[in-house]
Amino acid sequence: MFFTSLLNSLPGAIAQGLIWGIMAIGVYLTFRILDVADLTVDGTLAAGGATAVMLIRAGVDHRLALLIAFAAGLLCGLITGLLHTRCGIPAILAGILTQLALYSVNLRIMGSKANQALSVDKYKLTLSQRFVRELSLRNPLFLLMLLSVIVIGVLYWFFGTEKGSSIRATGANPAMARAQGIDTNANVVLGLMLSNGLVAFSGALLAQYQGSADVNMGRGGIVIGLAAVIIGEVIFGKVFINFALKLLAVAIGAIIYYIVLQLVLQLGLNTNDLKLLTSLVVALFLAVPYWQSKIRPRRAKEAKAGEGGRAC
Amino acid sequence: MLKLEHLCKTFNAGTVNEKIALADLNLHLKEGEFLTVIGGNGAGKSTMLNAVAGTFPVDDGKILIDGNDVTHMPEHKRAAFIGRVFQDPMMGTAPTMQIDENLALAARRGQRRGLKWGISREEKELYFEKLKELGLGLEERMSAKAGLLSGGQRQALTLLMASLRKPKLLLLDEHTAALDPATAAKVLEISDRIVAENGLTCMMITHNMRDAITHGSRLIMMNEGRIILDIAGEEKKKLTKRELLDRFAALAGTQEETDAVLLS
Repeated sequence: MFFTSLLNSLPGAIAQGLIWGIMAIGVYLTFRILDVADLTVDGTLAAGGATAVMLIRAGVDHRLALLIAFAAGLLCGLITGLLHTRCGIPAILAGILTQLALYSVNLRIMGSKANQALSVDKYKLTLSQRFVRELSLRNPLFLLMLLSVIVIGVLYWFFGTEKGSSIRATGANPAMARAQGIDTNANVVLGLMLSNGLVAFSGALLAQYQGSADVNMGRGGIVIGLAAVIIGEVIFGKVFINFALKLLAVAIGAIIYYIVLQLVLQLGLNTNDLKLLTSLVVALFLAVPYWQSKIRPRRAKEAKAGEGGRAC
Repeated sequence: MLKLEHLCKTFNAGTVNEKIALADLNLHLKEGEFLTVIGGNGAGKSTMLNAVAGTFPVDDGKILIDGNDVTHMPEHKRAAFIGRVFQDPMMGTAPTMQIDENLALAARRGQRRGLKWGISREEKELYFEKLKELGLGLEERMSAKAGLLSGGQRQALTLLMASLRKPKLLLLDEHTAALDPATAAKVLEISDRIVAENGLTCMMITHNMRDAITHGSRLIMMNEGRIILDIAGEEKKKLTKRELLDRFAALAGTQEETDAVLLS
């Protein structure tokens, strides 16, 4: 009984994981590449969802709606980026400000309603939850896997280019980047835009998938994104060295997160406690490397003393 | 090549921590000159270098590089003219990027960065040769992350990066201070070679008097944001550490003893 219901919920969990995986890749760009924790994303996810749902309801093609949602995300990132680089507001606070502002903006987008439905019966959609257990091409799993591969492929290409490399350098060592003639402020803005674009795109997919947009749909999104990033790193960190594989690890991390979520729900965890659990898991996984760094230097020193040290 | 005219910089102006770092500083550096800069703590050496590099805006005065007024130019734009090696070996390289990627970033200093691939095959071959010249075995580790290198290796790599695209001006900010004596000597040797081979105009801050005397073609001593001693040519070649200390004591006045100790 337990296993059948778990198995039944598995395709849904994977689909959710794939959608949130794209969002988590966006979080990876800021958190790991730019070294900025961008809290805009909670608001951006809902903005993407709201934009797509309202556009489709107004008769806009669902594919175009996805692209416009992506553009809306770019705009969210631009605002946080300008608040941070042009107004000197710390990145975390800049993100919180945009996120809060987006709550009002999202309500405006959705015509002052907290929730807007988008029935797959009435509109042609990119994907829908309804077909997630169907053995046909309209099963969203195929499309989501394809989209994930495309997103990873494009990002792999972009971060290998001159521009992309300069963004990586900006996150890795801003002083060095400026000394090498890189406009770090412009790159931070660009990175935030790209990240939020992906998050909004993910939100647009999520809203279509679940058949509605909700002003609260992004709440805690940054934590789920971080959870996916961290799960991916813990499991694949040692084997996945290549950049594309690192992004793949994030996507798989999101899938694992949703499968585990289903598991604990089936085991009888109260849905209301989910966010508490997620936060605890992320806090723990962020703390472990810190604790390790407190213990390791001592060991490394001992090892070096034994080796005798080498010059240059 | 480099002209500093009436440069002034005060940190924390109007507070109890007010510190006049540059007080009407004037300096004219000719093309191909290799200047060594000495002075006690707080004399304004690093402030002068950072002002040239554009790390912060100056309060007053002008900075001209090869005739271009760069006084109000942002740091990343000025970088087109300037190669830099920092005191802290961690500062000069991107630790999470590969050695060859770091070089490729430096090779594009002052260029537009577009959507072309970040590093080409020919470039890698060039970097292999250049790294080989350093004599540290880095050419065999081109795909290793720069963060894995020792302090000396990083400074050597940063030097190479600074000179890969020939800068009009090379700024070395106590770049051997964090290294052990043997490594520091090796990095200085590499610095000399790179400056000589490329005919670079260079400013090197050092707290080691002997290095300041034996390297470079001109020596200045700074105190309280001003240049108090400027020695070049034959006079510099004959200079001894003893003589330098005596002249410093005579010029710097009351602080001499503490500063002389700091400088030795």
